[in-house]
Amino acid sequence: MAPIAAASADTFPKLLIRNANLYGARPAMRQKDLGIWQTWTWEQVLDLVRAYAIGLHRLGLKRGETIAIVGANRPKLYWSVMAAQMLGAVPVPVYADAVADELAFVLAHAEVRFAAVEDQEQIDKIMSVMDRLPKLEQMVYDERRGLRDYDHSHLHPIDDVIAEGRKALADDPSVAAWIDTEIAAGKGSDPSIILYTSGTTGTSKGVVLTGERSIKAATDTVIFDKLNENDVALAYLPLAWVGDHYLNYAQGLVAGFCMACPENSDTAMQDLREIGPSFYFAPPRTLELLLTRVMIRMEDAGFLKRKLFHYFIGVARKYGERILNGQPVPLTGRLLYWLGNILVYGPLKNVLGFSRVRVAYTAGEAIGPDLFNFYRSIGLNLKQLYGQTEAFLYVTAQPDGEIYSDTVGPACPNVDIRIADNGEVQFKSPGMFSGYFKDDEKTAEAMTSDGYVKTGDAGYFDEKTGHLKIIDRAKDVGKLNDGTFFPPKYIENKLKFYPNIREVVAYGDKQDFVAVMINIDLTAVGSWAERNNVVYASYQELAGHPLVYDMVEKHVAEVNRSLAQDKVMAGAQIKRFLILHKELDADDGELTRTQKVRRGFIADRYGPLVKALYDGSKQADISTEVTFEDARKGTISARVKIRDMQTEPAAAPMGKAA
Amino acid sequence: MRAPSGPDVSVGDVLLSVENVSLSFGGVNAVSDVSFDIRKGEIRAIIGPNGAGKTSMLNIINGFYQPQQGRITFKGQTRSKMRPHDAAHGGIARTFQNVALFRGMTALDNIMAGRTLKMHRNFFWQLLRYGPAMTEEVEHRRRVEEIIDFLKIQEIRRIPVGRLPYGLQKRVELGRALAMEPDLLLLDEPMAGMNLEEKEDMSRFVLDVNDHYGTTIALIEHDMGVVMDLSDRVVVLDHGIKIADGTPDEIKGNQGVIDAYLGVAH
Repeated sequence: MAPIAAASADTFPKLLIRNANLYGARPAMRQKDLGIWQTWTWEQVLDLVRAYAIGLHRLGLKRGETIAIVGANRPKLYWSVMAAQMLGAVPVPVYADAVADELAFVLAHAEVRFAAVEDQEQIDKIMSVMDRLPKLEQMVYDERRGLRDYDHSHLHPIDDVIAEGRKALADDPSVAAWIDTEIAAGKGSDPSIILYTSGTTGTSKGVVLTGERSIKAATDTVIFDKLNENDVALAYLPLAWVGDHYLNYAQGLVAGFCMACPENSDTAMQDLREIGPSFYFAPPRTLELLLTRVMIRMEDAGFLKRKLFHYFIGVARKYGERILNGQPVPLTGRLLYWLGNILVYGPLKNVLGFSRVRVAYTAGEAIGPDLFNFYRSIGLNLKQLYGQTEAFLYVTAQPDGEIYSDTVGPACPNVDIRIADNGEVQFKSPGMFSGYFKDDEKTAEAMTSDGYVKTGDAGYFDEKTGHLKIIDRAKDVGKLNDGTFFPPKYIENKLKFYPNIREVVAYGDKQDFVAVMINIDLTAVGSWAERNNVVYASYQELAGHPLVYDMVEKHVAEVNRSLAQDKVMAGAQIKRFLILHKELDADDGELTRTQKVRRGFIADRYGPLVKALYDGSKQADISTEVTFEDARKGTISARVKIRDMQTEPAAAPMGKAA
Repeated sequence: MRAPSGPDVSVGDVLLSVENVSLSFGGVNAVSDVSFDIRKGEIRAIIGPNGAGKTSMLNIINGFYQPQQGRITFKGQTRSKMRPHDAAHGGIARTFQNVALFRGMTALDNIMAGRTLKMHRNFFWQLLRYGPAMTEEVEHRRRVEEIIDFLKIQEIRRIPVGRLPYGLQKRVELGRALAMEPDLLLLDEPMAGMNLEEKEDMSRFVLDVNDHYGTTIALIEHDMGVVMDLSDRVVVLDHGIKIADGTPDEIKGNQGVIDAYLGVAH
């Protein structure tokens, strides 16, 4: 089997050569261009990347230097990563939607002399912060449009760079030998890539990963999930995110599978359907969005279709999970499920692009049990993993057949996990990082003296299953004034499992009670408003609507009821809530680029609201500055209402000896 | 931001000239004795208060209205009478103030419709989709896909335009006009009813069309910021009469124009 051979290659360029020898004529990459899927085989990719690397070298890129990669998932940007690695240079991918300021920080910190960018938009963004990037000399770009009148002394189309490399190869036979020595000279212990963390906690840090460790980690998971050269993945997640680099780039090179790039970011859903990947990853948020869309469309469907859908989804909920896990199911159940698969689940999966998915993962945040079970019940082998950039993704993953919605699975092969005294999860893994770029102090902070990485997450091993359970960031777990345990995320997630609620921020640490700020989901609540003749002109108006408040109040009451079931959590019931007048947005710094709430920042920004939650007022005025997509600023003011909640009495002991 | 092009700095040869053109509907003089020219490769704006005769002027250029007096010279050929059909054949394409697309057809098919004049195989061969007709179809489809790529509307390719938001419909309409590979593109209020972001996108597309395809563009627009940023030269109409003609800077300082927009104390 292929993955075994991978162990012999300790850098990605060496793996690329191996793949070109082993799977030469098989597809390595696809992208839809002008409406038609274009394919590059492993041989062609190797050929292109070699020429590209030579071209980059001629522009001056040298071993050990860094090169920024800015843009969406495009083959040419992935080739930029490969070509840089061939030369021993270190690629530094940056989130394509980062605002100029964030971009400047990363580019300056990484000391890039080169940048490979997607198009004019990214070039303009970099140009706007050029005074902060004295080291940046050359930029290469994919999309020529709009760039004709730019000063081309330091701008080069990637195509031309590749052509230049090809010409050099043709003109001088020694060039080919030179690039081969360069590839061979790459050591497994050299930095292979620097991935900047999204900055959930303060400014982002550059995580340095080496080739050898990356390949080792990817080899383990490729074997774990039995991935091979016949698999297909759609690379639609941000290039700069560890998940994309691991799941698609590293695993793709190790297993030799084909990575397809969407036509553009807006067509990803259609492309998913056309490509029909066999390996799929989606954050819980995306899965939720998909389900919400399906449900909304079903509400609008005809009577018969609606009945059929709901009946068979009921069947799936009853038997689907057990069939997927290979557990015994009565014959009638099997027959009904088989019929449901023909009439509902099959077509539904086809529409969502899941027909061929063999292994699907979700991670990044807790996933609602209903949501998780829904996908599994219709036959999608969705599993959870837990990981972080510092581990080069995987720390734990659920093996087939051992799936629970509230755990993240046992440790991955060759990963060692322990729980520290303060409840923090710590690990040692084959893929773990070698340090933060230019920041030994932070590196030392993140490691224990015996070489374990501190995740900063609080968790424990479930007694029943032996799987890891993550409850919250270790430093976020607080206490109410009466000493009750308060994990904010646990409460937030319980609320977020309602489709109407998009985002929640819970407060309670060092307070008398728990209070929350809620963001409604415009799609779900908007559709509800349409069906119930609720008239609104803006997000702000809808968010403040009394009927919306009534609806959310019901959700909060349900969450309180469920919290009351748990003796430890009963004291952390929600006493007051408000609905925010604007959507929390990464452009305003309220969310990270990976869409996690930045609680502390929000508490400062919405100070008057937080104060009002605790001083008993019925409403509060707030005025906040917002950043539009084009970086201009404006102000939104609103009067936000606050509602009080009844709390449930803590559940009486069940009277069972447990 | 664009190179200044006053009367002495010509962008190119005159592509279209309008000489002493008058048009009236009954007693209303929509356009009276207007002359101006459009040079190859420039972006020419026609502005003026409501009812100034801007759309009438476009309709005259387009051959939709016949002027009662005056001459129009397009690509060296002078004419007094022309039908829209001839204009299209001659290389003039346009978009409309109120979007005029085939609402039930997809964005792709709408843009494909713009290729009609470029198709040479007859109905029979196209029906069979065989041989030369197929080759031709593939070629046209490629051109259409280039335009879809250019306008970044890949995600709506297969969606009936009636279901699209207004801003995107406008973009599809621009796509259909581009599919004709026109020499002169007439845009009737391309930014009307758009929000700031859509306007910026559309402005960029207009500049890109001009830059990338070298298409000469005449546009009517009410957003002065857009007009001053985009155009090389501006002609101002008021009550059917030309009151000014020149570069954006000249127009900004023209007292007649300011009076026409703000009104004068009598």
